[in-house]
Amino acid sequence: MKEVKEVVVISGKGGTGKTSIVASFAALANSAVLADCDVDAADLHLLLKPDIKQTHDFTGGKLASIITKKCIGCGRCEEVCNFGAAVFNGPANDVAERTYTIDPIACEGCSVCFHFCPVDAIEFNDAVNGQWFVSDTRFGPMVHARLRPGEENSGKLVSLIRKQAKKIANELNKDLMIVDGSPGIGCPVIASISGADLVLAVTEPTVSGQHDLDRVVELTKHFQIPTLVCINKYDINLEIAKEIEQEAQQRDLKLAGKVAYDIAVTKALLEAKSVVEYSNNGIKDQIISLWETILDILNPK
Amino acid sequence: MSYNFVIAIASGKGGTGKTTIATNLAYVASDLGQKVQYLDCDVEEPNGHIFLKPQITGSQEITVDVPQVDPEKCTACGKCGEICQYSAIICIKEHVLTFEQLCHSCGGCFRICPADAIDAKPLKIGDIEFGKTGDINFVSGRLQIGNVRTPALIKEVKKHIKQDHLTIIDVPPGTSCPVVEAVKGVDFVLLVTEPTPFGLNDLRLAVELANEMNLPFDVVINRYGIGNEEVEKYCKAENIDIVMKLPDDRRIAEAYSSGKMIIEQLPEYKNYFLNLLKEIESRI
Amino acid sequence: MKIAITSTGKTLDSQVDQRFGRAAYFIVVETETMGFSVLENESVAAAGGAGITSAKAVIDAGAEAVLTGNCGPNAQRTLSAAAVKLYTGATGTIEEAIELFKNGKLTEATSPNVDAHFGIDK
Repeated sequence: MKEVKEVVVISGKGGTGKTSIVASFAALANSAVLADCDVDAADLHLLLKPDIKQTHDFTGGKLASIITKKCIGCGRCEEVCNFGAAVFNGPANDVAERTYTIDPIACEGCSVCFHFCPVDAIEFNDAVNGQWFVSDTRFGPMVHARLRPGEENSGKLVSLIRKQAKKIANELNKDLMIVDGSPGIGCPVIASISGADLVLAVTEPTVSGQHDLDRVVELTKHFQIPTLVCINKYDINLEIAKEIEQEAQQRDLKLAGKVAYDIAVTKALLEAKSVVEYSNNGIKDQIISLWETILDILNPK
Repeated sequence: MSYNFVIAIASGKGGTGKTTIATNLAYVASDLGQKVQYLDCDVEEPNGHIFLKPQITGSQEITVDVPQVDPEKCTACGKCGEICQYSAIICIKEHVLTFEQLCHSCGGCFRICPADAIDAKPLKIGDIEFGKTGDINFVSGRLQIGNVRTPALIKEVKKHIKQDHLTIIDVPPGTSCPVVEAVKGVDFVLLVTEPTPFGLNDLRLAVELANEMNLPFDVVINRYGIGNEEVEKYCKAENIDIVMKLPDDRRIAEAYSSGKMIIEQLPEYKNYFLNLLKEIESRI
Repeated sequence: MKIAITSTGKTLDSQVDQRFGRAAYFIVVETETMGFSVLENESVAAAGGAGITSAKAVIDAGAEAVLTGNCGPNAQRTLSAAAVKLYTGATGTIEEAIELFKNGKLTEATSPNVDAHFGIDK
């Protein structure tokens, strides 16, 4: 069984172009398994147009809910809830003029109200927080998800997507998995990068991009994952692009490539195409070069 | 001129221009004599300071409570381990172990312990910085790298909302827990998007969240002109007002890239933000 | 004595699972008789704390020792609290790993040999 190598594309700052770049990688790899781990605001499907074959419910945690007819309106739940989820805004019942309800968005599934309700008026059940999908795309199989708005993004769904993608890769004897990560440095990002073979941090030549790149590479260093940097839209500010190059060098991080700003990225997006499918000039060569650098590092000869 | 109003600048998609809008809006409002506060709640990747360049006047370490068990009082009854949903406190034979990084600070173990053997121990999750940019009050959260208690830190930043101020909250991207915490209880939300399929897709998610939370909102389209008209069509169909269309101007991108305020670098855009402020004021 | 081995499958011919917290199964063997039972690992899909809940599962099953490939810090702490001995670096089939253990060829691990989240997507 071939070993499946995994490259995860993250950014720290949002909007640097992770998803556009991942779509181009998918086109160039043409036999990889794709995973969209930006479950909070998944966009890769807009470029890859997946044909969904399986849909599954995702249970991220549990949720409390009040059985209105049993509630006596005593307020113990409100007293013990640290998250402000127990609200005195429920309808009247046989014994109380007003009852309590649990706000599902505020509820963190801690079970404390469930344990302390004096009349057992609270249920504590698995919550369906979203859905995940297994699909076919023109470049290979894809796993992605949709977390319902307002849900906790603990990284559990991200881990599930990676696991499913890995499983598919093993079943189909594919040797590569490409993961579209999420912005930030929190749980979902940590869940995207743990155990990956390589991380590509995509940044932009802006002070904000520099700042956020610093924080995200500190995270990858903390987890000891080999990290490459790519500067997207680099010609927007050549001075800062140069600074980022120098900073990367100082931190012993390899600069895997630089990609210029190109309106073709947006034009391609409007046609649901990755930029390497859309145009033959412009930044296509830069992306190919970036991809080849990544492959060289993943599979050293 | 001073009013109490809290406005959150959010978006589904990252990189649409929340910080650009938030900081420039704060600037024009303050310029007109309004008392303004800028709260950076994008605590994982705070960027407001890059543009506002505040004079930092102080900082505060932020902690959350995690359990600390007094072994003398503990009777090893196991109730704390049973109630914890996160494996942050467990009972193994006669030992109670705590795993602080997993704790959600729900208070369950403290409350359920029959022997009063559990105390609250502070665990640092990040910092809050305070400063001033001219007359603008600046408050920013910064999560410690590797820590995961983003919503808890955002909640702490919001405790600094002052009366008699226009408070502008810079919200993290997305629609999950951190965003919920940042927009909870605000008077109004501005959803910033771009006129592309990515922008539209993520705007729909943000609108879903705003509706679920019963928050009034309007839309700002940034980089207007780069994509197509689908966002406008969607807003029209859903009766959503578009209160500003900031054009796709490479000079704006360049100013942003150097950490400069648009209205300082390109004064012709001041009117856009003055009009935006008027639109917001009409909603108060 | 009763020992637990992390396993990719349900028989003594299965390969040792190199992860602890997110191992597919735990095979609990009575080394005198080689009688065994199979525990499906409920922690595989856990949001967090998989190492802890897996450790609790093998402790509750009465294991006095654990054989595995790698074990992270939370699991190691939990096993240690129950005085369950931990042996990392086990490879091959379950049967082979037990033989190595019986012949004293496996060394006891007194600290975790991988960071947290090691097994999260393997």
